[in-house]
Amino acid sequence: MQGLVAVFRKELQDQLSSYRFVILFALIAMVSFITSYMAAVHMRENLESLTATRFPFLMLFSTPGVMFSMVQFVAFFGPLIGLVSGFDAINRERAQGTLIKVISQPVYRDAVINGKFLAGVTTIAIMFTAILLVISGFGLSLVGVVPGVEEILRLFIYLVISIFYIAFWLGLSILFSILFKSIATSALASVALWIFLSFFVSLGAEVAANTVVPIDRKNETPPEAVLQHARIQEAVSLCSPMVLYSNATATIIDPMRKTTRSIILMGPMEELLSTRFQNPLALGQSLLVVFPHMIALIAITVICFAISYAVFMLQEVRT
Amino acid sequence: MEIGMIIETTELSKRYGHQTAVKDLSLRIKEGEIFGFLGPNGAGKTTTLLMLLGLTQPSGGSATVCGLDPVRMAREVKRHVGYLPENVGFYGDMDAVQSLEYVAALNGIGNKGAREKIDDLLDLVGLKGDARKKTGAFSRGMKQRLGIAEVLMKDPTVLFLDEPTLGLDPEGAIQMIGLIQSLNQSRNITVLLSSHNLSQVQRISHRVGIMIAGSLIAEGSIDALAEASFGVGEKEYSLEEVYLKYFQEV
Ligand SMILES: Nc1ncnc2c1ncn2[C@@H]1O[C@H](COP(=O)(O)OP(=O)(O)O)[C@@H](O)[C@H]1O
Ligand SMILES: [Mg+2]
Repeated sequence: MQGLVAVFRKELQDQLSSYRFVILFALIAMVSFITSYMAAVHMRENLESLTATRFPFLMLFSTPGVMFSMVQFVAFFGPLIGLVSGFDAINRERAQGTLIKVISQPVYRDAVINGKFLAGVTTIAIMFTAILLVISGFGLSLVGVVPGVEEILRLFIYLVISIFYIAFWLGLSILFSILFKSIATSALASVALWIFLSFFVSLGAEVAANTVVPIDRKNETPPEAVLQHARIQEAVSLCSPMVLYSNATATIIDPMRKTTRSIILMGPMEELLSTRFQNPLALGQSLLVVFPHMIALIAITVICFAISYAVFMLQEVRT
Repeated sequence: MEIGMIIETTELSKRYGHQTAVKDLSLRIKEGEIFGFLGPNGAGKTTTLLMLLGLTQPSGGSATVCGLDPVRMAREVKRHVGYLPENVGFYGDMDAVQSLEYVAALNGIGNKGAREKIDDLLDLVGLKGDARKKTGAFSRGMKQRLGIAEVLMKDPTVLFLDEPTLGLDPEGAIQMIGLIQSLNQSRNITVLLSSHNLSQVQRISHRVGIMIAGSLIAEGSIDALAEASFGVGEKEYSLEEVYLKYFQEV
């Protein structure tokens, strides 16, 4: 325990005082200012829509101003925060000869990896909470809407899911820092996987769906084929943590959305419901809709860290 | 455990794949002695030290360090043993005091206890004037001395020093050897010292063990060894011949 605390404290101090933290924080702060400003302007121009919704405050996060909403930005760039915090976690210590020194002190070997992971997650949580608070304050003064209890609760759930999402990427980059001796290689591998999972999976989903159920645009396609096409596409794209995260936060931050499924895949009753009843989903209902996605997201984060842990514990100290 | 024995190994072995790094090592080191662990590069000295610390799993045999089994009680062993790895590393953006503070924290020593100790230790290794200098700017010799200060933080019963004079200039090497000897005498710390430099080690070692290609070929005081002859593979050699054949090229 003393080892874990010592490593955690040192790592947290390192993270918070590092240039990369400052740069990342500045970048995210800037983007979130701009998007929330855009969202606020948009909201002021469409005041009648504000009166129509029960959760005007959440729109600060979900309204795409000019390019993207805050939520979309996090889905896309959040991974970078995780990757940058962890890609050199273990291999740098190995290279500079400090890893063997630390584990030859009376500590359990896993104190090193646990301490680093926890410090990374804490940094992410601090960064994220700060940004959320800043946007909220900004929105309060610009639009003049005050968040209700439910909105605060929804934001909190959103925050927790986001932290898990970024922690997944942190775990992944720590895994690479264990597997690859060279810091440059692990940085490259992290970014490559990020690009692959974020861009190519959705592309691959389209391709996979087209191969299994080709859709002919000129001729009439049977509805079952269209349905299956959409199903396959959705199943494949769930391999992307980004899609998983977007789905998991979807109905939380935007209660007017009632499903994570696309229009085609809705059952008739679901479709009827979504058009007839323009009331937002209750929080419990929102949670129920995204529950599988949330669990899947948490599961991949835990699995990713568990793999890092196992590899680290079994690895020779000198490799 | 036999009384007075700090380290005992029986047929301790380590294989990496097909390669045998340490082969059936049986060794006994008495309390209070300086034991010189000699061998050319790649002989298996570092591997042996890592096994004794529980940092790597033996492939066969057993060991006790301070009466504890390093495989099952690695953390307790590490409480008693101070280990200075070869090429000890530091966080370049920490100064000497911060570096020692971190080691103290890892050993569960509170801030207050650490502060007094740090002063004493820096004084002991002659780094008092560089206490607030970043370790990134330290010379090789200063790093090695700071490394010694760090391993003394836990008040060890035994020190494992892996090639402590490697890369030091002659004057630095003499200083280091003197420091090790004074630690042994004034604090009664048992020292296991690995090196491929026979002349430096024989000056302070009470006994030496000579390891070649994973096997301990001789063990005893330098005087006794000088007269004996020992087999390496098929042939018999005197100490001088062993030295000429295996140690000269390094
Ligand atoms: N992680 C490892 N994987 C494979 N072989 C290793 C590993 N570590 C050490 N060895 C081999 O074990 C042998 C003994 O190495 P070592 O104990 O470092 O020797 P010494 O410290 O006496 O120079 C060497 O041949 C080395 O190549
Ligand atoms: Mg060695």
